[in-house]
Parts: sequence; structure tokens; C-alpha cells
Amino acid sequence: MTIHKEVGIWKSGSGKGKKSLRGRQAENIHLEEISNLLGARPRKKDLLIEYLHLVQDKYGCIGFHHISALAEELKLSQTEIYEVATFYAHFDVIREGELPPAPVTIRVCDSLSCELKGAQSLINNLKTCVDPLEVRVIRAPCMGRCDTAPVLEIGHNHIDHANVEKAQEALEKKDFLPKIPAYEGYEAYQLSGGYNSLNDYKKGEVTPEEIEEKISSSGLRGLGGAGFPSGKKWSFVRNATGTKFLAVNGDEGEPGTFKDRFYLEKTPHLFLEGMLIAAWAINADKIFIYMRDEYPAVLKILNKEILLLEESGIIERGYIDLRRGAGAYICGEESAMIESIEGKRGLPRHRPPYVAQSGIFNMPTLVHNVETLYWVARVCREGPEILSNVRKNGRVGLRSYSVSGRVTKPGVYLLPAGSTIMDIISAAGGMLNGHIFKAYQPGGPSSGLLPAKINNVPLDFDTLQELGTFIGSAAVVILSDRDKTRDAALNMLRFFEDESCGQCTPCRVGCEKAVKLMDCNVWDEELLLDLCQTMVDTSICGLGQAAPNAILSTLKFFPKEVLR
Amino acid sequence: MTTYREVMIDKKIVEVDPCLTIMQACEQIGVEIPRFCYHERLSIAGNCRMCLVEVVGGPPKPTASCAMQIKDLRPGPNGEPPQIKTSSAMVRKAREGVMEFLLINHPLDCPICDQGGECDLQDQAVAYGVDFSRYREPKRAVEDLNLGPLIETHMTRCISCTRCVRFTTEVAGIAQMGQTGRGEDSEITSYLSQSLKSELQGNIIDLCPVGALTSKPYAFSARSWELQKTDSIDVMDALGSNIRLDCKGREIMRILPRNNDKINEEWISDKTRFVFDGLRRQRVDKPYIRKDGRLVEVDWEEALDNVSINVSGKKIASVIGDMTSTESIYALRLLTERLSGTYECRVDKSCLSTSDRSGYVGTAAIADLDNCDKVVLIGSNPRLESPVFNARIRRAWLNGAEIYLIGQKVNLTYEYNYLGEDRSALKALIKNVDLDLNNNTFVVLGQGALIDDDGEEVLAATKKIVDTYSCKFLILHTAASRVGAMEVGFTHSDGIDSALEGAEVVFNLGMDEFDLPKNCFVIYQGSHGDRGAHRADVILPGACYTEESGIFVNTEGRPQLALRANFPPGESKENWAIIRALAGKLNLDLGYNNLQELRTKLINEFPHLGRLDQIKTPEWVKSKFKEFSGNQLFKPYYLNYYKTNPVARASLIMNDLSKNLDLENQIIAAE
Repeated sequence: MTIHKEVGIWKSGSGKGKKSLRGRQAENIHLEEISNLLGARPRKKDLLIEYLHLVQDKYGCIGFHHISALAEELKLSQTEIYEVATFYAHFDVIREGELPPAPVTIRVCDSLSCELKGAQSLINNLKTCVDPLEVRVIRAPCMGRCDTAPVLEIGHNHIDHANVEKAQEALEKKDFLPKIPAYEGYEAYQLSGGYNSLNDYKKGEVTPEEIEEKISSSGLRGLGGAGFPSGKKWSFVRNATGTKFLAVNGDEGEPGTFKDRFYLEKTPHLFLEGMLIAAWAINADKIFIYMRDEYPAVLKILNKEILLLEESGIIERGYIDLRRGAGAYICGEESAMIESIEGKRGLPRHRPPYVAQSGIFNMPTLVHNVETLYWVARVCREGPEILSNVRKNGRVGLRSYSVSGRVTKPGVYLLPAGSTIMDIISAAGGMLNGHIFKAYQPGGPSSGLLPAKINNVPLDFDTLQELGTFIGSAAVVILSDRDKTRDAALNMLRFFEDESCGQCTPCRVGCEKAVKLMDCNVWDEELLLDLCQTMVDTSICGLGQAAPNAILSTLKFFPKEVLR
Repeated sequence: MTTYREVMIDKKIVEVDPCLTIMQACEQIGVEIPRFCYHERLSIAGNCRMCLVEVVGGPPKPTASCAMQIKDLRPGPNGEPPQIKTSSAMVRKAREGVMEFLLINHPLDCPICDQGGECDLQDQAVAYGVDFSRYREPKRAVEDLNLGPLIETHMTRCISCTRCVRFTTEVAGIAQMGQTGRGEDSEITSYLSQSLKSELQGNIIDLCPVGALTSKPYAFSARSWELQKTDSIDVMDALGSNIRLDCKGREIMRILPRNNDKINEEWISDKTRFVFDGLRRQRVDKPYIRKDGRLVEVDWEEALDNVSINVSGKKIASVIGDMTSTESIYALRLLTERLSGTYECRVDKSCLSTSDRSGYVGTAAIADLDNCDKVVLIGSNPRLESPVFNARIRRAWLNGAEIYLIGQKVNLTYEYNYLGEDRSALKALIKNVDLDLNNNTFVVLGQGALIDDDGEEVLAATKKIVDTYSCKFLILHTAASRVGAMEVGFTHSDGIDSALEGAEVVFNLGMDEFDLPKNCFVIYQGSHGDRGAHRADVILPGACYTEESGIFVNTEGRPQLALRANFPPGESKENWAIIRALAGKLNLDLGYNNLQELRTKLINEFPHLGRLDQIKTPEWVKSKFKEFSGNQLFKPYYLNYYKTNPVARASLIMNDLSKNLDLENQIIAAE
């Protein structure tokens, strides 16, 4: 609302009336800035995070005057915007009287794989060589490039195998944009028979039930970590009436995981076709892709390829809504992701109701991981046998292991699901020279650590439960005799402390307290066990429930390192 | 029809509504579940994790009972009812764990905390916690917020239950509070520490389960266990909110709400809650007589003598104020009648109907709002005239009701369809069939519409709408005494001007809002040195609403009994007693010697006033509306919410709030 100088607004009775609304008002200049920035985009609440990105990208921070203006523009309260903006790590909210951050930000990954390769000293060295007024150096959680650790991000430009020289070079060249890798584009994909399955299905040659059966017979399970049978989810949502959504979880935040990025940066259309098949099978009204902000190259690729799909008529314009995360691990939890898609703080929801009953905007929603959809397309094209015919150690199927740490050739390895850690290490070229295999993280920090002596267990769903852990997203990090498991566990808990959403008491308090207790040279075993028990039993979501695994497994398998 | 479902709670089989949560089901059979974040009038957050119970056959860990519905429980393997355990070893262990976590960062400064003695955290730590903490690390500290003159914050004590955030956004309808940051860094804040702008903010003090939000005016003045608690009725507006007066010695230390689902639920407005310092200031505690133009202190004997001399043989008219109890009004009516005088309660010239009871109590109950699908507000700003009532309209709106407003365009904390600001809009509404008003429509008529000279027409037109569409009808009064006065017939057929016309003596019982005619002898019986006392020739110091027992009839026509919490200060006396003493001086027998006899006499004459908490539905009289004589604008009744009566005007807290409001307006005007 612009301010009318002559006519008082909210005028009541006699008197001149107020010249403005109550509270801090947006000034016209900032209103104009926001209005121009948003352009013709719809003024919808659920797009708040997208718009905060626009402000952050353009102005390098989110100032209070822009919050006021954005509130005015989106008809939200300033507090609501403030709440959301402060939740996400990629927004720099500047309060009145505070200085904006330096124009360039370097984020250095300090999650386990990068930490092993010297992230801490990299941060310290960088801080001494740059002008703090020009460049801000901060730590950041996993960027999904653990195969090229240590990693840093200048602006949106990721630098692999980073060191101070490379960073300075990029700074000098002002090279802040993401590098787009070579990938299979729309035409190449189509020429090789891409989208044929989808087109056949759309003609009505097969029923969704048949495809669901095909997926189920392949044995495909959710590859985000939970391992829910993929086909089974479909019928829940398909049978619901009314508006339905498909949401793709591309918030691959579990440190050590980079398989989704690997597939998206090589064959994005396999994923996109799988996604459209799933959407067709449940008759979805719209697809939301929630892609993490740490993958700017993937975001560019998807933006471009989705546009091509729209132009080629495969999908209607606007059918796919690509949303950009903003640096919050918790948004990988499906209900927190849904909250984030709705433009709110990413706080996990209570279940029931499950997202298949009440998801985005309280409509039935099918949520799939990126890699799952990649496999949906491949199963549809190549038949369920590509998975169901692979057998090893009594396990069926294939698994993409993201391998990093002390191995010669870190990377994504597609191996039989029955592979043991030894198979994985040999696939990754064996241990680094001079390093002796000591321990490994089987599936991200949520899964804790296992000792080298447990080397004959297939790393698959359901096989690790007995050991008190799980495969999760198959983010395997190998530790050697030069690494301390205590430090690794502490690194994991520091990550959870930073990423806890703060909603429920046990996780909010427990993660922070655990870090303090683990920071001591000798751990208080009894107290830590009690703390873990409370977190596991009483947290709302998987983050708080699984965070203690790192503590529990260290106490169980490596007691000598932490106890007297 | 709900089909009830069998569940086993602590080895007891019970049948409950499947829509209930486990916590509600447990409560129904008297099993207590500890909780911090859950509040039955707010949305479910499920974040404190204190209400855990064990669901047998579910996942092998405790379940938050506030967020799990009975219908979602799985039956046993052979179809047995689901089994819930509320005090198993697993549950106890989990609660102890959560309790210990909550206390890790809590400062445990109970000895200097105002919540001490009535603190959920204290109580539950005793009941469900252990007696020591094993954590020795430094505690977290959080900067306090400035939430304005009413609410003091100690954010280090906060356990992030978000009740305050949910109350302010859901009930009060302001989006000023929120939770920022995440993890252990998350904090409850108001955006950039602005003070809250709501007339209901005081309720977050009651809601806060710990001492993070406490009352600023009450700070460090008393301990909850040394307070004497008296049930009473609020008179700041005509809603009749149920309150509790907490006294230390003879002073009211604070005012708290009592739960009454039919009226205020468990909320009260800030004026109700924080006005108590006005009860101590500006009191007239001695009789006065005007001698040579100046008011001089005298004793009761002289004052009553003076009154009896000046009254004898004169034409007398009586008026009453907004906060007078029905008994006192009735006593004054008896006295005035014996002196052949006139009397009138509609001192604001309100055109409430004297002959037709439905023309002043309406036909609707406040609780009918909960089931209505449309609300029509005519000439009323409920946010100022009764903030608690406004919150209930807001809830109806949240539940999908459409709101329509005729009158001044104001911020009511919810959206409404604006129909116009003048009489023609009201007239148009009679014929507007498109709106589809029906018997689920709640029509609210405000006093602002009735005090104009065409008030009768406004009333008739509104009744016409109610007639035509069979709507529910509520007249939102502003004076707590008004309906009671109307019920005991304290009116003059031609209104206040004719009642006062030619009066040589005016007996003013606590009326401070309007000027009285010149050239007459004024007896002021009241509690505060306000407008009424300044105009008086004799002042008889009376009790205030906390200082005498009395019946108040609220805006929907529900009589309620307020009890006495403390004694009138100095030489001031209870109002019925002063009138009785004066009658004695005048050798008149009013038929009562004490409050009990007066009340019995009142109830004999008006039996429905004796049926406390029950509404006597009036006989509906059809409207004879024809046409408006002009096309006036609807005007607001109140301009300053914080200064609507002598107690509020005497209150420093209300003055502060009012000053803040003025200052804000000035700053804005200067810009």
C-alpha cells in the first residue's frame, strides 16, 4: 500500500487520522525493488523461499527493508518471512544496524570426507589469505562432492580438490558461476529411444497397475534411505480422489552421498522420464522437484531440460515446478521438504497422517527420491530383470554406493546390492597407499560407524539392523588407521547439531549436549547412553532418532578410543 | 453419529470417540498426561515430547499422545482393542529423559521467578523427573525481548513450546511472534523485538508453561500461594468474562481468567487483566460536600444529612454508570420511585427498546458463534468493544464463516466483506438475498449504531434482517451494567433527556462518561475521582466492582454472580448500603436491610435474574421498520480502548498503553 500524504488512512472520528499503518512500513523504493525483482511471478505464499533466493542473489543478503517490502508484496507478515529466512543457512538475514556480509562468500565443506582431507586447515588458511571485507569464509555442510574432497564453493562455483591457490585464482577471475558438466541432452536421449515408454503408456497401451507390477517385480525400493517398496506407494496415492501431487526429493543432504548428483549430471532425462512415468501412474496434477541449493549445476540443467520438455509438448507448461532448497539438511525428510515446498520453515510433521494421505497443501502426495525415479525409467525400458536378475550373497538388485574417504578412486559405484565393504573398497581401487582399513560409515552419519572386522555383511536394506545401523543412502566413507573414530563421530554430531530443526526437545537439546559431552577426551558412557536413549525414543523425526547412532556405534565398536 | 471405539488404557477398557487423541481419551477417564506444548484451544505442535505414552503393538518406542488419534491405532493381532500404557517403565524412562533435557538449559532460578508455585515445569519436574541433573556444562542464555509494558520476558527460561506463537497467530490474529533460527539456536522472538499490538496479549502469560513470559505489572509483587482467590465477573466490557481476583491483604494483586466455555473460554482482554492498579488510585474514600464551590471532606452523618435536606420535595432524576451491579441499580430504582423521581440507564442515548426484551438482549448466545457460517457486524468494532468476543468471531472466520461489516472500516484481525458505512448499506442488506443469510447467520449490532438520533430505526432495520432471514441476533453492549439495568426497568420511556428534564436533583450512581445538566444539585455515589465526582455537590464514596458482591447480566442476557474480593478503602461503603442508609435518613422503607434481603426482593420481582448462568430467551417482537429518516454514517463507540471507564482512566498501566498508542500515531503523523 502506498502512503497517501493528504488523506489520512485508518481515520476514525474527528482528528486528522494516521498517515500510515501501524508498525514498520516498507518504503516505496524497496517496494519497487521487490516488485521489479519478482516481475510477473505469481504472488503466492508457497514461493516465498524462491523469492528470498531472488533477493539474496541480487543483494547478497536479506535486509529488513526487503523483508518489509516482500511482506507487503506477498501479503504475509514480516515475522513469517523473518522466521522462514532465518531457518535456512543460505539466507543472510541482516537486522537493523547490522552490516551486510562481504560480497563474496566461500563455503568450505567440513563434513566427514572433506574433514579427512584437511577441510579445517583449508578454512584457516583461506581466512588468513583473504580480505575479510571482500571475502567471507564460512564452513558448510556436505556439498555432495565427497569424491573430490576437499571441496569449497565460491559464489556458486564449486572447486574440487580445493586449495588456497585454486580459490585465489577463482577469486581473481571472478569465476563465481557453476560449471555445467557434459551430459546427455534431450535430443540425444530421445534418439536413443528415450520417452518411448512414457509415450506408449500415455497411449493407454498398458495400465498403471501393470507398470506398478513391473516395478514391484524388479524389487525396487526407495533409494532415499528408507527403502519402502516403490511400486506399493503408487497405489496409495493413485486410489485417492481429488488433487494429487508427485514430489521429488532431490535434497540429497546426507553427508557422503552424491549418487543423485552423479545421475543428474550425466543422464538427467532418465530421471525425468521415470518421474513422468510415476506421475502418469498416479495421475498427478503437478510435480514438484525439490532440489538442494548445493547443486547449482543440476538446477541449471534441470531448468533447461524441463523447458525443452515443455517446448516439445511432452508436458504442459508449468506441470513441473522446480524448487530450490536453501541449505537445510532436514528438508531431506519428506514432510519437512513438503513444508519447505509450501514456503515455510522445514519442520517435520507428525505422522499419521502420512504424506500419501495428506502431503503438499494437505493433498495426497507421492514422494520419491531422484535415483528411485532413475531406476523406474530403466526398469520400464529395460525390464525388471536388470535389477531382479542381479544376485549376490543372497541379495537381489543393484545399488549405487557413493564411496569416499581413504580409497584410491572415490566415486559412485553401481554394484550388486549384496556387496560387502571389501567389494566396495576394491571397486574403488583399494585403500590409499599407506593407509590400513580401519572403519567405515555404511550409509551417512545417521548410520554411525562400523569396524573393519565386520567385512562380510552385504550392505543392503535389512542386513545391517542387527548391528544397530542401516544402509540409508549408501554413503560409504572409509576411514583408515590414521583417522580417529572419535573425531569422525564428533564430526557427525556437529553436523546434526547444526542441522537439527529445533522443533522437538530431545533433538534440539540432545544434539547440542552430545557434542559437548563428546568433546571431552574421555566420554561419560552412562550419561551418553541415556542421552542417546532419550533421543532415539522421543524425537519426532529420523534426524533425532538416528543422530545417536554415531555415538552408540563408537561406544560399541571402538570403546578404547573414547573410554578410559 | 460417531461410532465409539474400544481402547484399553492402563488395563481398563473404555469406549471413546475415535477422533480424540490419546491424550484426550486418557483425560476422559481421569488419567493425567503431562504436557507443555499441548493446549486444547491451540493447534497441536507435538514438540515438547513430554506427553509420551506406550502403544502396545506399535513401534517399540513411546508415542506422543497429543498428536496421535485413537482412530489411527492398530488393533491387536486377533482384533483386540489397541492397548495404551501411560505409566510403564518405558514411558517413565522417556519422560524422565525429556524432563532432564528440558532442564539442561533451564536456569532453575525458581526463587526469583514469578512463575514459581504455579509453574508447569516445576510441577512436572517433581511428578515426572528425577531430583538431580547429570549435566554440568554451562547453560544456554538468550537475550530477552521487549514485548511492551505488559509482558516481561526471561527468554533463557523458554522451553520453545511455541504456545505463545500459536496463541498470537491463531487466537489473537497478530503475526508478530515467531520462532527463528534452528536447532539449539532457535528462539522465540517478536520481529525485531517490537512490542505486541493486541488487546489479548496478556493471555500468553497464562499460557507460558514456564516463567519465560510473566506479567510486568505484577512482577515480584506476590507469590501465588499467598494470594486469596475470589471468583468474580469482569465489568470492563459487557461480555461478562469470568475472572478470578487474587488478593494479598486488601489489595488486588492481579486478575486472571476463569474458564467458561459459554462466554470467554479461558481468555480475557488486557484491560480486564491489567486494570487492577486503577482500583487503588484516584479513589474517593471519604464523603465530600461542596461548600463555597469547593469540595470539603465531611463525615457520613453530615453528608447524608446534606443529601436528605437537598432531596426533600425536589424533582429528582437518577442515572447509573457502566459498572454498577444490578442490586445497586434496583435499590436506586426503589429509592427514586419513593421520591417520585425519574431514572434512566441509557445515559449514552442508546435507543435500546424498553418494551421489547429482544430489543436489548437479542436472541443469540455467544457460543452460537461457533456453529454459524455467516457473521454480520453492524455499527460495531468488536475488537475494541469486546476483544474476547472478537477472538471468537475470528475463530468462526477461521472455521470458514463469512464475515460482513457495515460501519467503519477497521482492522478486526480477520478478513471481512465490507458492505458500506452508512444507513443505506443496512437498508440494502434487508433486500439482499444474494448473501443467503439464514438461521446460521449471527447478526451483531453495536452500540455505536444505536446512540445516534435515528438509533431506533437502526435497531428496527437490524431486527428486520433478523426477521426476514431468521438469523441469530446479538446486541453487543459496552456497559457491563446495561442489560441488568434494562432488566430491572431502570429506564424512562422517552430516554435520558426527558428523564433529566427539569430535574432539580440528580442522583448519579457511578456515571463518569457523560456531562450532567447545569443548575441542578448532583449527588455522586461512586468510587473514583473522575468526571462524576468533579461535577458533584455531594460525594458518597462507594465500592468498586471487586469490593461488593453483585449480579451482572451480560450482553447475551446471562446473569452471573460476582463475589467480593476485598473491602472498599477508607470510609467508602458498599453501594446498596449507602442507598439503604440514605433511605433511612429520609424515613423511607425500601424493603430491605441487608444485601441478602435486597437480592431476594430483586429475584422475587425478576425471577430470571436468580437463575444464574442461564439465559432467558426473550419473546421475539417483529420489526416494524419502514424507512430511514436520513442516511447517517455509522460511527465508532470507542475512540480509546484503554480509557473507557473511571478505573481504566485511573490505571497507570492503561495510561501507558494509551500513551504508546498516541505516541505511535504522533510519530506516524509527523512523518
